[in-house]
Formats: sequence, structure tokens, C-alpha cells
Amino acid sequence: MAVASEQDNPAGLTREEPRAHSALRRLSGRALSLIASVVLTVFGLLVVTFFIGRVMPVDPLLAVVGDRAPEHVRAQAATELGLDLPLWRQFLRYLGEILQGDFGNSVLSGQPVLTDIARFFPATLELATAATLIGVCLGVPLGVLAATRHGQWPDQVIRVVALAGYSVPVFWLGLVGLLVFYAELGWVAGPGRIDVVYEYTIEPVIGLMLVDTLLAGDGAAFLDAFWHLVLPASVLGYLSLAYITRMTRSLMLAELGQEYVIAARVKGLPERLVIWRHVLGNIMVPLITTIALSYAYLLEGAVLTETVFAWPGLGLYITQSLFSADLTAVLGATIVIGLVFIGLNLLSDLLYTLVDPRAR
Amino acid sequence: MSALAAWLTTATPASRAQARAGRFYRGTLALLANPLAAAGLVLVAVLLLVALFAPVLAPYAPDAQDLARRLQPPSFAHPFGTDQLGRDILSRVIWGSRITLVIVALAAITVAPIGLAIGIVAGYRGGWVDRVLMRVTDVFMAFPRLVLALALVAALGPGIENAIIAIAATAWPPFARLARAETLTLRRQDFIAAARLQGASHGRILLRHILPLTISTVLARLTLDLAGMILIAAGLGFLGLGAQPPSPEWGAMVATGREFLTDQWWVATMPGAAIFLVSLAFNLIGDGLRDVLDPRSQGR
Repeated sequence: MAVASEQDNPAGLTREEPRAHSALRRLSGRALSLIASVVLTVFGLLVVTFFIGRVMPVDPLLAVVGDRAPEHVRAQAATELGLDLPLWRQFLRYLGEILQGDFGNSVLSGQPVLTDIARFFPATLELATAATLIGVCLGVPLGVLAATRHGQWPDQVIRVVALAGYSVPVFWLGLVGLLVFYAELGWVAGPGRIDVVYEYTIEPVIGLMLVDTLLAGDGAAFLDAFWHLVLPASVLGYLSLAYITRMTRSLMLAELGQEYVIAARVKGLPERLVIWRHVLGNIMVPLITTIALSYAYLLEGAVLTETVFAWPGLGLYITQSLFSADLTAVLGATIVIGLVFIGLNLLSDLLYTLVDPRAR
Repeated sequence: MSALAAWLTTATPASRAQARAGRFYRGTLALLANPLAAAGLVLVAVLLLVALFAPVLAPYAPDAQDLARRLQPPSFAHPFGTDQLGRDILSRVIWGSRITLVIVALAAITVAPIGLAIGIVAGYRGGWVDRVLMRVTDVFMAFPRLVLALALVAALGPGIENAIIAIAATAWPPFARLARAETLTLRRQDFIAAARLQGASHGRILLRHILPLTISTVLARLTLDLAGMILIAAGLGFLGLGAQPPSPEWGAMVATGREFLTDQWWVATMPGAAIFLVSLAFNLIGDGLRDVLDPRSQGR
């Protein structure tokens, strides 16, 4: 999704209608084209998942009825799934089902895939949010430091730290983290979201363990949930930190060369104010976009992190479904992750338009 | 040597090949001047040598079991220790470098042509062809890469060939975007119009004039993406969807070591460290290359 390419029109100067009116029209035109592009992308997403689920497997029935099913069971299942129809009618049927929120039933749990996903998703949300918080709180200051000490040793050190974050296999980092901080030092809690002791006493209200334990008024359980979250969130947060640091650095560098920075310095403004108020204020909009995108990319890291930490989120759901050859569940979760991804992209686009007057 | 350097750096190259070699030479010098990128180059060179001389370097065969010496900690005889079947982990890591290189090389030579073909056709034809192709590209970019790769492997079945297909199928969109952007700036230029006036067909213009000019940008970008491909391959291996045991694939080795993590830490950590180092090496080169190639960052 392209970000703002409409700065070339000197707004309203040659037009007859009032400026505000034309701005509104352009805004709504932009909204319309955004909506159209989102609808098309979602449609494409469904085409791809349909293709993966129905066309690519040699025998789509295998996953549904197993390899020893008698012929009449196979035939019945084929009719139920619509496999005897021409491909385009199968696709229309698939589209209709998805639009009604019917993602099919999971072979593993026997439940509708969407019900399963609703149960697993909050854990991923909690993990990704905590990781993003870590990434933002450390990544932005580090990026600013690297840019202001450009070319000096802090910049080089931060560069290596960030590149290491891009390079580290997250599943390995998680294992090393468990080995050092859980098994050896005992600083944090082990795999899972919460100790078994609390597993059945905490009522899932909104699915976020930190919030649910607070709602239950159980301080000990809250602390336990917190210590379970720290390590996986830090591991995932390192990925987010690497990305946010690099982006902050390059955005800052581009901005520091601008004349208003020189002007602010020349008039004697303290460097602290120049950097944190003027420059950071000006890069805020692309920075927000960066953070939204990093949040989206964490979904990817979450698959492997959740597997390592036995964290019952969407990633673990996907890998577990993979091992039981539950393609319906895998594709359902893929669609949901794709939708979240598209949603976050849209959100960052909208924020861009709303926050930055130049993009209107 | 200095004659060669003079030939390479001359301001008046006599042939196109000389100009090209000179540009490559200056680029390499600039890259080597960056200590981090130079370190990355050294690491990759080591990786290539290790993969090439694996039979000579590995002290044991990668699948030689010695059940009497299973799960031995690192020692002089087994610098990285042994795994649950008594196999020497160092030897397996050394042989595994070949698998990593093959996966990356195959994925790269699949991805670059797909991305180039889609990108230059979209950029050159414009209009609805461009819109359709770019929409398709957007759709593929709307999936997190690992998740799409997982879904593909789920449908195709686990295995190293399918892992490569999945990596290639998820890695091409940025290259298509890049090739399209390059083509857009090229197609309006005079030499293309001249070629067309001489009666060159669209196919000839695309293959002989546009492709050679876009290919270098795409190849440079490919270096930046190699680390990502290594990580996705290792991730698939870790989840048991890539190379299958007993193949000494690094990601799969980490997965095996998971069972013994607390008591025999070396089984999981050694191959993982190898993934980390190789991916870091490619990222260091890529980072240096970005500085060399990006005219805006020159002199910064």
C-alpha cells in the first residue's frame, strides 16, 4: 500500500471551490481508494489460501477422512466439501463460507477453526504487545543516540546490536534465554503463560493473562504471569528493537541535515530540545508507521517464539495443527494473521493521513 | 598489481568490460574499507571454504554414530560435543554448511528471475498489466513470510525441496517491486525510444535493453535478503518442515537439541550459533553494500 503520493497538487489554488471542501473531497477519495485496495488485497489473500488448500495438495480429502477411508466415505466427503464441483464454483462456495465466518472445522480439536483462533489469539496479542513496548522503549532512544553520535563508537556498537537482532534465529535465542535465565539463573519463570497452580483458578475474561489475573484480584497470579511473559517478550522484543532502532536512526539522520535544525541550534536552543522536541516531533509520523509495521512483523517471530516457550498463541496453534496435518486450521490461522497484517498496514496508512497535514 | 589497479581505476576505460570491472573494483574497495562489511566478507569466505572442504575438515563422518560416547560435553576430541546418537556435532555443523548454502543458492536463483520477470513486464507495459501484477505482489506481501511458507509446506508436505519452493514463493515480491521501479525510470528514456524506432520488438527491448540494466540492482538487493532466507530455512528446519533427519541441517539440529537443553546445552546451542554467525555475516555485507550503493549516504 503506497503511502501518500499526493503532495504534488498545490491544494485549492486554482480551484473555484473553497479549500476545505476540496481537501475533504480528496480525503474521501483517498479513503475510497484505500478501501478498494484493502478489499482487493483481502480477496487476493483468499484466492491464495484457497489455492493452497484445494488445488495444491495432491489429495485434499486425505486430511479430512484419512488414508484408509472406504470409497463411499470418500465420495460423501467429496460431495460435502464440494470437491466434485468445477474449481470456480468451489471458490465461490469457499468465499461465501469465509464471509459468513465459517473457516471450517479443525480436525484436531473438532471445533470451528474460528472458535479455536479466538481462544488462542489473545496470548499472541499479549506477547506481541509486550514485545513492541520493549522495542519502542529501547529502540527509539538507541536510534536517536546512534544518529546523534553518527560514525562514532556508540553508533557502531548500536549498529552491531541491531544487525545481530536481524540475524539471530529467534528460536535459538529463546532456547539460550531459557537455558541461561530460567535453568541456570532462575531469574524468570519457564515455558507457558502461567504456573499450573493458577491454570484453573483464573477466569479468562478478556484473554490477556496480565489483565485477567488483576481482574481476579490475585496478586500472586499476576506476578507469576508477569515472570512468564518477561523472557518470551524480551526475545521477541529484541527483533522489534532491531528494526525500530535502525529506522529511527535513518529517519533522524535524514532530518538532522535539514536547515531548521541548524536554525534551532544557531538561535541557541539546547541540543536536548532540538533533538527530542523538534527533530523527533518531525519524524513522529513515519516512526508511528514503523512501529505499526514492526508490530505486524512480530506475528512472524511469534510463530517460532511461541513454539519454543509453549506459549498458547496463534503461532503454537499453527505449528500444532501442522503436525496433525490439519490444513483447515493452518489456513484459517493464516487468513487471520493475513487480515491482521493488512489491518495494521491500513492503520498505519490512515494514521499517516490523519497525523501528517502534508499527506492530506 | 599496480598496473592492474591502474587499468581498473583509469578515467578512460577502453571497453565496456573494463569500465564494469573498474566499477566493481572501486565498489569492493569501498566495501572493504568498512570494517564490519569486511568482517562479514571474511565470515562468508570461511563458510564457502568450510562447505567446499567439508570432507577434509570434518574430523568424523556426519552420520557416524558412537553410542558409547553419546551426549559428551565439548572436549578436545569433540570440540562441539556429541549428540544423542554419539555423532560429532562439529562434523555435523561443518557438513550442514553445505545444506544451508544449497538452500540459499537455489532459493536465490529461483527468486531473482521470478521477481525480475514480473517487475520488468509490469513496469514496461504499464496500464492494467501493471495494476494486476502489482496487486498480486501486494497480496503476497500481505502475508508474513514465515506464515505463508508454513502454509505452503503444510500443503506440499515437509522436505528440503518444498522448503526451497516455499522460501522462493514468499521472497520474490520485493524484487518485483524493485525491478518495476527501475524499469519505470528506464522506459521513458531516449535510448529505449531509439531502439523502438529502429524496429526492436517489445521482447527484444525487455531482454536486451531493460533487463541488463535492472539486473545489478536486483542482485545487490538479493544479498540483503540472503540472511532472511537463511533464517526462514532454519526456522522451517527447526519446526521439522525442512530437511529431514538424519540430514545435518542446522535448524533441525537445534530442534533435536531442545530435548537435552538443560543438561546437554551444546547439542542445541552449537548449530544455532552457526546459523546466527552466517546470517550475521550476510547482514554485515548487506549493510555495507547498502552504504556503497546508496548515493545519498556517500560521504556521510
